Amino acid sequence: MTIGLQQPETVPAAAPRPRRGGAFARVVAVRLAGSVGVLWGAVTATFFLVHAMPGKTVDVLLARSQATPAVRDRIIAEYGLDGSLLDQYLTYLGRLLTGDLGDSFVLRRPVWDAIGGQLPATLALVAATLVLTVVASVVLAVIGAQRRPWVRSLFSSVEALVVAVPPFWLGLLLLSVFSFSLHWFPAIGTSSLDGLVLPAIALAAHPIAVVTRVLRDGLLRVLDEPFVLSARARGVGETDLRARHVLRHAVLPVTALLGWITGSLIGGAVIIEIVFSRPGIGRLVLSAVQNKDMPLVIGVVLLAAAVFVVVNIAVDALAWLADPRTRGQA
Amino acid sequence: MTPPNVALPLPEAVVAPARPRRLGFAIALGVLVLLALAAAFPQLFTGTDPDAADLGATLAPPGADHWFGTDQNGRDLYARVVHGVRPSLLIGLGATALALVGGILLGTLAAQSGKVVDQLVSRLLDVLLAVPGLLLVFLVAAVMGASGFTAVIGLAVGALPGFARVARAEVLRLRGSAFVEAAHGLGWSRARVVFGHIVPNALPPVFALGTVSLGAMVVASSSLSFVGLGPKPPTAEWGAMLAAGRDFLSIAWWPAVFPGLAITAAVLAITVVGGRVQSGIERRGR
Amino acid sequence: MSGPLVRVRGLAVDFGAPAVRGVSFDVERGQVVAIVGESGSGKSVTARTLVGLAGETARIRADELTFDGIDLTGLGRRWRELRGRRIGLVVQDALGSLDPLRRVGAEVAEALREHRIVPRAAVGETVLDLLAQAGIPEPAVRARQYPHQLSGGLRQRALIAAALAAGPDLLIADEPTTALDATVQRQVLALLRERAAAGTAVLLISHDLAAVAELADHVHVMRDGVFVEEGPPSQVLAAPRHPYTRALLAAIPTAATRGRSLSGTIPSLDEPGGRPEPGREVVAVRGVAKAFRIRGRAPITAARDVSFTVRAGETLGIVGESGSGKTTVGRMLLGLVAPDTGTVAFDGQDWAALRGKERRAARRRVQMIYQDPLSSFDPRYTARQVVAEPAGHARVPELLGLVGLDEATVDRPARELSGGQRQRLAIARALAAEPEVIVCDEPVSALDVSIQAQVLDVLVDVQRRLGVAYVFISHDLGVVHHVADRVLVMRDGEVVESGDVTEVFARPRHWYTRELIAAAPGRAVAGAAG
Repeated sequence: MTIGLQQPETVPAAAPRPRRGGAFARVVAVRLAGSVGVLWGAVTATFFLVHAMPGKTVDVLLARSQATPAVRDRIIAEYGLDGSLLDQYLTYLGRLLTGDLGDSFVLRRPVWDAIGGQLPATLALVAATLVLTVVASVVLAVIGAQRRPWVRSLFSSVEALVVAVPPFWLGLLLLSVFSFSLHWFPAIGTSSLDGLVLPAIALAAHPIAVVTRVLRDGLLRVLDEPFVLSARARGVGETDLRARHVLRHAVLPVTALLGWITGSLIGGAVIIEIVFSRPGIGRLVLSAVQNKDMPLVIGVVLLAAAVFVVVNIAVDALAWLADPRTRGQA
Repeated sequence: MTPPNVALPLPEAVVAPARPRRLGFAIALGVLVLLALAAAFPQLFTGTDPDAADLGATLAPPGADHWFGTDQNGRDLYARVVHGVRPSLLIGLGATALALVGGILLGTLAAQSGKVVDQLVSRLLDVLLAVPGLLLVFLVAAVMGASGFTAVIGLAVGALPGFARVARAEVLRLRGSAFVEAAHGLGWSRARVVFGHIVPNALPPVFALGTVSLGAMVVASSSLSFVGLGPKPPTAEWGAMLAAGRDFLSIAWWPAVFPGLAITAAVLAITVVGGRVQSGIERRGR
Repeated sequence: MSGPLVRVRGLAVDFGAPAVRGVSFDVERGQVVAIVGESGSGKSVTARTLVGLAGETARIRADELTFDGIDLTGLGRRWRELRGRRIGLVVQDALGSLDPLRRVGAEVAEALREHRIVPRAAVGETVLDLLAQAGIPEPAVRARQYPHQLSGGLRQRALIAAALAAGPDLLIADEPTTALDATVQRQVLALLRERAAAGTAVLLISHDLAAVAELADHVHVMRDGVFVEEGPPSQVLAAPRHPYTRALLAAIPTAATRGRSLSGTIPSLDEPGGRPEPGREVVAVRGVAKAFRIRGRAPITAARDVSFTVRAGETLGIVGESGSGKTTVGRMLLGLVAPDTGTVAFDGQDWAALRGKERRAARRRVQMIYQDPLSSFDPRYTARQVVAEPAGHARVPELLGLVGLDEATVDRPARELSGGQRQRLAIARALAAEPEVIVCDEPVSALDVSIQAQVLDVLVDVQRRLGVAYVFISHDLGVVHHVADRVLVMRDGEVVESGDVTEVFARPRHWYTRELIAAAPGRAVAGAAG
């Protein structure tokens, strides 16, 4: 029932039929511009963070490690640290634009090298977790989308329980049972597929619970919508109904979650890598934090922000394609 | 236009099992009360010193002497779990409170102070949202050194955008609502409408989000302690205790189990009670 | 096959509590049978039972429930062969009843594909035919659009086209014209009549006795799960036997009910001292115009050169369809929208010239009653707090007494009140500010007829006692004819006609006014009752 909804009754017939390709490109372009803004903001914030830290900037960058005066001078020259703040900022931006994240003076190698060496292992873990999350939650949600009270209670209880278990502890339990007791999987992380199973499960548990919850609620909610009634009244069977009408609607809120989940997986992967002694950026960034290796920490943070931004553009594009109602606003 | 037809009754309301939920809620509430007591007066639950090492009984299994067993230094794990309530929950609680207050202030400011400030605040929140919460803590820890305090600051900054966005959206929604219009129509001043009608109605959804995120914050803070970015040893913190237990996992399971059970029980209790609070708030707002 | 297409005897449906308690009726081919009732009467449940969609928790019992000789009780999976193919269903809320993620054409095609009515290759063309038959212009364009891109009337037509796609023998239409403008409503009803003439049986469910009276061959009046009266519409309207039908008819506001009580609770205005004399001029609107600009679209003109005055103690009606600008004009009176040009003045004082404290004080002189009163109350408030905020606690009993709200409701949260009680509370709140003018924006549009009658009576009674002026905005000509002294007819932001309400409705000069009057569903009732 629409109470007080005042909308124009006459909608021009021909107008809302723009060329779809053009409109889609525009949506992506607008989001891209916004994302560049976000990244620029992140870069600027980290720049000022480094400069607000106590001590000379050159010492911050050197992480107070012992460096020869020659190295000090080279850094001052490279970063333009003897110039004005604005000059330093522009130099910093310029270096980033060429893909130069600076050097880690603790590891004595370029940040990009250090990260690049460890990145594939982390990406493999995140990708495996994402796939596991999507498959498991779709299956579980379709099974669990029932009105029988005991099914609902069971699912919501298990979902609440899983969210309450810290992922790193779940990892420890999995290790204890499947590696130390049953010897099914290696106890020390390797880059083999075997070594990926337990970490991916530990990391995927939370997102599976969250996505199943949202998808299950969505399925049940959509089944109450009036258009489902009219589809049933046309003689559409329950399977076709779910495939053709219901699932699409229920998936929409999940796509919005996907960006957030990917972001949190990057943080979560760091912890899980420590639990399973896996190679990856986890150990790298953690020791960087402990050694106050600012260039490396900032490099990882900016990289994570870039991944988040890219994933969100993809998510928005997906939503645009899936939901015609959002297209009017582009 | 007429009211909607006889709405087909939603099974949700009719069939929802009232009794198991009430029981679960009572248990969860009981757990929270026990946790609060243990945080305030750990001596009520144990007379053992959590830091007293007994090198004659390292990694002793659970038994009558040591209910949860002992750790690698022979310290009583039950006493450490009980004394760990305060440091383990305080970080999550502090971070949530800080994020809540900051989010409400920032969100209300954005919604009430015109386009320029709104855009500025919103873009700032976008930047914060782009960095995963745990990495923000890493950044703060790298700058200020790892400690319980930096964990609170980092987690709060990471959670703040969520609260600020909800607060901003609520204030904007309420500003355009008919009852606020009606309040202006009664001739009240702007301040009276804002503090008498808008703010009181905007707060409950933000608090609801707070109760729900508290559990996630406790999990996050224990994760940080686990990787050594929380309170420094020998503080009995559950995440840090699990980290120590990890090293002896192949020979002793108990140091890696009981602190984890404590976290899970605490977070589950928070989630159940928080969920009830949230649905109560939502129902009142309809 | 002889005998009626649908035969129902002793149908009872309950969801824990009984919703339908033993109804019997027939529907013949080519006939329009209507079931009329207010909210909660069980009319929709009855209709949905005939397509097996009353809901999972419904328990259905019937002595006989057949469609074309097929027993509909315990049909199970075989329902799918009937739904869409032989029985079509059209429900209200056309926006929600079409899948928002699919094109209109796909929705219409669904029944065709499901029941393999036409070869796959011919589906597209058949869809266009169906849309054209349902009176949709440019069917090829519309078929490629999404529901949100269509107007309410077009969506309802598309829904009817989808229900008729497989050529069903029976079409069930559940409130098919609710929320549509009168002229569109009339066209949709004509479409149904056309289908019936072509041989389809139509079962029409409605709250609006007047609207179905012109269309139906047979009417059942339903209340609390049973039929209280039935017969051909002429008989039901002219000589109602059941007191409920009589009360329902008496509650419909029309030209003939002016000055009378609709609910029988207040004295007639025609008695001595009843009708107040209009007093001094309190509001003067001079040549106001307003256009809303949305980025990237052509500006929408909501008002253009609108002028009128309101005098103390009188009621000025503003009628028009959706988008006519009548709401914008109301909001200008409240100072919520500033006109681009022209002035809105109270006692000669221009709204635009008032600032700060003066402006806030002036606000109390004009109050508003909304279509959805609940949204205009602070969600935390009880009925008492809603009224006490502007009036102070001392005056609460007096104000609630004035609108007929009893003591028992006073400390309940406003959201727990019924629709009628909420609107009474809204009136009390408006009166608390002691205004000279109250703007009523569709105040009874969301209410059942009998509740609408009570609220209109309260408004009339309050005006007689306090001498407050109303600006009464409505799409319902009958309601305006009942309450208003003078009327403005608005279309596309312009006043096309104005004057004494009886004069304008009896001798409309503008073509648009004549069209509105022709589309208004009250005529049969007015004729029968008068």
